[in-house]
Amino acid sequence: MEFMTLHDFMFWTKGMAYVGMGLGLVTFVAFWLFVTERDEDRFADKEEE
Amino acid sequence: MSHHTTPSKGFWTPANILTAVILAIGLVLTVKRFTMGIGSVTNLTDDNPWGIWIGFDLLCGVALAAGGYTTTAAVYLFGMKKYQSAIRPAITTAFLGYTFVVIALLYDLGRYYRLPYPLTIYPGPTSFLFEVGLCVALYLTVLAIEFSPALWEVLRWKRLRYYAHSLTLVLTIFGVVLSTLHQSSLGGLYLIAPSKLHPLWYSPYLTMFFFVSSIPAGLSMVIFEGGLSHKFLHHKMDDRHLAESSGVTLGFSKAAAVVLFAYFNLKWIGVALDHNWQHLATGWGAWFLVEMFGFVLVPCLMYAVAAREKNEKLAFWASILTILGIVINRLNISLIAFNWQLPAEARYLPSWEEIFITVFIITLEVTVLRICLSKLPILHEHPEFKGAH
Amino acid sequence: MKRRKFIGMLAGAGASLAASPASAGGTHHFTGYPNSFGVLFDSTKCIGCRKCEAACNKVNDLPAQPEPFDDLSVLNARRRTKHDKFTVVNKYEVEGKPVFRKIQCNHCLEPACASACFVGAFVKDATGAVSYDAARCVGCRYCMIACPFEIPTYEYDDPITPRVRKCTLCESRVKEGKLPGCVEDCPKGALIFGRREDLLTIARERIRKHPGQYINHIYGEREMGGTSWLYISGVPFSQIGMREDLGVTPAPELTSGALSVVPAVVGLWPVFLTGAYALTKRKEKIAEEEQRHAVAEAVVETEAQAAIKLKAALDKAERDKQAAVDKAVKQALKEAEEARKQDESSDTESNKEEG
Repeated sequence: MEFMTLHDFMFWTKGMAYVGMGLGLVTFVAFWLFVTERDEDRFADKEEE
Repeated sequence: MSHHTTPSKGFWTPANILTAVILAIGLVLTVKRFTMGIGSVTNLTDDNPWGIWIGFDLLCGVALAAGGYTTTAAVYLFGMKKYQSAIRPAITTAFLGYTFVVIALLYDLGRYYRLPYPLTIYPGPTSFLFEVGLCVALYLTVLAIEFSPALWEVLRWKRLRYYAHSLTLVLTIFGVVLSTLHQSSLGGLYLIAPSKLHPLWYSPYLTMFFFVSSIPAGLSMVIFEGGLSHKFLHHKMDDRHLAESSGVTLGFSKAAAVVLFAYFNLKWIGVALDHNWQHLATGWGAWFLVEMFGFVLVPCLMYAVAAREKNEKLAFWASILTILGIVINRLNISLIAFNWQLPAEARYLPSWEEIFITVFIITLEVTVLRICLSKLPILHEHPEFKGAH
Repeated sequence: MKRRKFIGMLAGAGASLAASPASAGGTHHFTGYPNSFGVLFDSTKCIGCRKCEAACNKVNDLPAQPEPFDDLSVLNARRRTKHDKFTVVNKYEVEGKPVFRKIQCNHCLEPACASACFVGAFVKDATGAVSYDAARCVGCRYCMIACPFEIPTYEYDDPITPRVRKCTLCESRVKEGKLPGCVEDCPKGALIFGRREDLLTIARERIRKHPGQYINHIYGEREMGGTSWLYISGVPFSQIGMREDLGVTPAPELTSGALSVVPAVVGLWPVFLTGAYALTKRKEKIAEEEQRHAVAEAVVETEAQAAIKLKAALDKAERDKQAAVDKAVKQALKEAEEARKQDESSDTESNKEEG
């Protein structure tokens, strides 16, 4: 990709950053669930029903 | 006053009559706005494209709805379980606050029907307004889910309530992330206009100032509304809410005092970094000092004393002063110190119709809030779901 | 994959990255579209005839104006661009002499309006024009907040399809090989259309040749990162209503840094907050465990005490029982003894009677 203006460059890179943020957030949740999967009190914070 | 209180007479209290009048005039102005254009009701010009609908409704509305994320973070993330009863009122106000921010925005947008454009087909990621839009949309969703259990309880939809509740942790963290971002991004909106905003208010720290000041804003709203509901909705509050409310007030006072203190210091560092000391000697400088001392340092000290001496009344007054301070700060940045170099005749003053539409939207919001507080388990626990938090 | 081949690929990738002009050592520098067009305005040649305003009105099909374009009295008032006026000329008195200045979109090299637009409705084109796409516009008017030259205007009185309006650099005419309307109709040659690079050369040349006639500043060469419209003047620009305090920072750079914090917040906040949550949970768990321990200890102690008490009670019962037995035995023995004694005495008595 070649960018002629700083604005073009930012339009592309900031857009990529937003996509990355979205992916990062979703994978972080998944990763946290993976890390804590075998904790006994994993759902201790949830209400007891 | 009649002894035979028929239902209709009970409803038409002076407050309700005033509400009805405001709503009626507001509806007429709404029709005018949407049939004759923005220009027919506002004093907006090409020099002043943003008026009080942005400066007050959006900037102040979002800052004062910060009680949602501050309270959920305090209770769910930082372990202040004793403030549990503050959660629902805070989330309710935040949810309604954001909803009405979006409604107010529809009045201001020239082509309101294209509101989804930036988030769907035409994203413009270089803009801070894109950031604001994205985060407000996502956060409104988060707040809707956080608010929903109150509704599911009344409807007795236990499964939905359970699902909504099981997301608490994730929603709380998302809520803090999204709030951090859009609170700060509202300040970021003005980063692109250094030539229009007075140097005392313009700073590369604008984003941080907006975020940091949103914390005492949110805490103060919780304290303020707590004080009001104690006075006027006492009968709607159960023992738990009544018992915990003083703890909430004093605990939040302490937090607000500390954050206001940090904010006060950071603002001076902002002045130092841009070397704007010489402006302090001008009229604008005097106004800046009024904001800094009268509406940041004074409420900070009031909160500190209130927390030390367990003085709830002082905390209530401090919350009013803090809220006023936040409103003054946001109006300074968006309207008063914005376009400060324009000649007086080109400056903006809102029209009465603009102001009235703002009053109309606030009235609508307060009305919906009153209905929610009286019909939903917000200031009291639903008998079937007692202790289930 | 062979290791050497892999290294070779890495090197190749590195070389191709380094070859790209946009990225040198991590600092990106952009010089804009080469050969893009612009206009040079020479305020020493402008006579304030408003022919450019009339031409602009005509080529853009703008509505008729209340004052005819040959009415020069309007020049005395401070005017700005409007939704039906893409360009205006203002008159300034400088040292007793009138100086004219034309206002229209400067077509920035790094437009603030484009940077501010949240739907990407503004684009800097290869022609040099900053063009606006009404089909995307939501009508937030943030472009008008952002523009340092106060150029974009709005159709406030249109309830359904209001547009932002501003000079287009007559892009469609330029693409047809024609001149922008205002340039074409300028009778005094105060406006020159051409490649921006050439215009800069012309401007420098004029300043060099006539140092007494011009001040040594090409407005727009560096202002806000540079604009496609360039200005030269015989009087300081601040005296003809042009701000000289705008700085040379391109608009996107004003927000670039703060926008970069956004992904950092998204990346780090969840980690810190989950950490805070985990710490809170741990503290609660420890508190809970301690409480359980305390309860358990208390139970053990109570049980021990109960056992001691029980034992004592049992012992006492045993002792009482023994005592009772002993007492009973003693009693029985005593009774037996007394009975025996009684027998003996009665025997002696009867013996006495018999005896």
